[in-house]
Amino acid sequence: MKRTRPLETVISPGRGGLLGSIIESWRYRELLYFLAWRDVKVRYKQTVMGAAWAIIQPLATMVIFTLIFSRMMKLSTEGIPYPVFAFAGLLPWTLFQSALGQSSSSLLRQTSLLSKVYFPRLLVPLSSVVSALLDFGLALLVLAGLMVWYGVKPSWGLTTLPLFVLLALASALAVGVWFAALSVKYRDFRYVVPFALRLWLFLSPVAYPSEKLISQIPPNCRWIYDLNPMTGVLDGFRWGLFSASSSPMPGSVLMSALVVAVTLACGLLYFRRVERTMVDLL
Amino acid sequence: MSDVVVSVEGIGKRYRIGGPRAKYFSLRDSVAAAFGSTARRLASVFKGRLPTASHEDFWALKDASFDVRRGEVLGIIGRNGAGKSTLLKILSRVTEPTEGRAVLRGRVGSLLEVGTGFHPELTGRENIYLSGAILGMKKTEIDLKFDAIAAFAGVEKFLDTPCKRYSSGMYVRLGFAVAAHLDPEILIIDEVLAVGDAAFQKKCLGKMSEVSHSGRTVLFVSHNMAAVEKLCSRALLLSHGRISKSGPVPDVVSAYLSDIPSGADHSGGVLANSEDGSLELTHVHILANDKSVTPVVQCGQDLSLELGFRARKTLHDLSVAVGINNLHDVRIAALRSDIAGFPLGLEVGNRRVVCRLPALPLVAGAYTLDIKVIAKGEALLWAPRIAQLAVENGDFYGTGRLPDPSWGGTLHLHQEWEASGE
Repeated sequence: MKRTRPLETVISPGRGGLLGSIIESWRYRELLYFLAWRDVKVRYKQTVMGAAWAIIQPLATMVIFTLIFSRMMKLSTEGIPYPVFAFAGLLPWTLFQSALGQSSSSLLRQTSLLSKVYFPRLLVPLSSVVSALLDFGLALLVLAGLMVWYGVKPSWGLTTLPLFVLLALASALAVGVWFAALSVKYRDFRYVVPFALRLWLFLSPVAYPSEKLISQIPPNCRWIYDLNPMTGVLDGFRWGLFSASSSPMPGSVLMSALVVAVTLACGLLYFRRVERTMVDLL
Repeated sequence: MSDVVVSVEGIGKRYRIGGPRAKYFSLRDSVAAAFGSTARRLASVFKGRLPTASHEDFWALKDASFDVRRGEVLGIIGRNGAGKSTLLKILSRVTEPTEGRAVLRGRVGSLLEVGTGFHPELTGRENIYLSGAILGMKKTEIDLKFDAIAAFAGVEKFLDTPCKRYSSGMYVRLGFAVAAHLDPEILIIDEVLAVGDAAFQKKCLGKMSEVSHSGRTVLFVSHNMAAVEKLCSRALLLSHGRISKSGPVPDVVSAYLSDIPSGADHSGGVLANSEDGSLELTHVHILANDKSVTPVVQCGQDLSLELGFRARKTLHDLSVAVGINNLHDVRIAALRSDIAGFPLGLEVGNRRVVCRLPALPLVAGAYTLDIKVIAKGEALLWAPRIAQLAVENGDFYGTGRLPDPSWGGTLHLHQEWEASGE
């Protein structure tokens, strides 16, 4: 039998910083895969429509958006057919929304597991974020179909899409880690998340192009709009797909990345603090 | 001292528990109180504090220090609430201690429940992988051990059936099988042998002694004295969060047994009370024929259990139940007043309930008593393992001869024999 090198575990209060916990999470990366795989496996068990739900939801929302914003309000989207425009926004948004929603509630959903076995707790919200990718992948196929149908040609900007997907995931994780850790102490956050997401949808350029909202706010307040990381994600995602005339401000994307990085770093620190004794509160 | 693989120094765990629960008598009161407390909570959140009710500190575990050497099987025993689970949770890193330090050298596998991480919707095959990964196995390792796990659990035919369709026995077997193949150098086990049928329990015990014989270290928490005596080389006794005795298994087990008094009386104190405060259990006395309190009874003797209660309001329609368990935590007898045809009620004040048991049929040994009071079909008061009953060998059959303890058994039965021709 192969002898593993002697492993020493030291248990004492307040031991292990953030870096240690990140390194340990990396050692457990196989478990991350298994947890995400379980989420995916279980998600559509005993449903008739199965994974079709991943497509139906953004598709139905797109139809409603088209009726309201394109037909009723005659919103112009710079030459891109509105359904394609809206769907291209709904994709990263749905990814963000389900990743954030799932990761925020992840700790409370895993109470029984967390109280019985140790593994880096960070894997729990992280696996929720990863498992949201599957639905996104499926919906991406539908987007490709829509683009062919409406004759929208993709551009070389396509190669930048993974970057914006990553940014969307990082945003969801950054906020999700906060909410997950906070909801251990304050169950109020179970109600905050769905509510916040609804408001967030309208404040992000999902149904409308960024310029429409920007033109309504004074230029010196523009940075407030850019604080929302989903602005950078959505503008960037559409720019990558269509290379629309208005390229995203590099500043706007950088701002998003910066906001995400700071929120994530603080979130991880807070999570680490709560992690130590969260089982006593669950 | 590289031989010490687990070293625990002064581990303690403090819990904050809420102060005495306020009692609301009307909906209006409770609604008003709820609003008041919400406002107060919000205020304290904005002041940057966690809303804390008036709390008191409770040390579930304090100053626990011990070493375990490689290959040792350490039994951890103690009554409910003595801190056993807290100790295991700390050592398996589920929660952090408040103070102290522990070092574990080697790969740790902890098994605080059977079927950790199982998802009922997933199939047996999928759950083996999931649970294995959660317990700390690599995928390649699970691939290698997969067949052995399925065979140990005896579920080969049902690997592609969702676990929610498994019988509880199959579920438990599969859960233990995954854990048993974990191959850790230090194994932490909580009470898992309390589940499963007798044959499977035997298999689990076999697997555990196999693990310990292969030079690995086991920390085993149990109520099952027989299992502790059989498996462990050393034992710890926890009581009230402290290690009250440690050493060779027989010494510690007998300390555990003498820890439970025959009868139970805390000189005017309260042994247990009902949640609403309407009823307190004040003493449990074992009375001999002459109504004197006796520390030990003989089998075959008439005796009475006297339960002292303090009632804060008049209670009608009561049923008092007493469970008698042997030291392997097997319920030997269950007494219940209403079913036996004795309706009971208690007036306000100090009251006694006496249960007469003619010709005690229990074999010699120590027994624990569970006491439960049921009012209108609902449990009003529940006091598990609240008292002990010590029984010594006696002339049950009235023949002047004592039963032979080596012949075993748990009960004596009156018997009539005859031999005849065809």
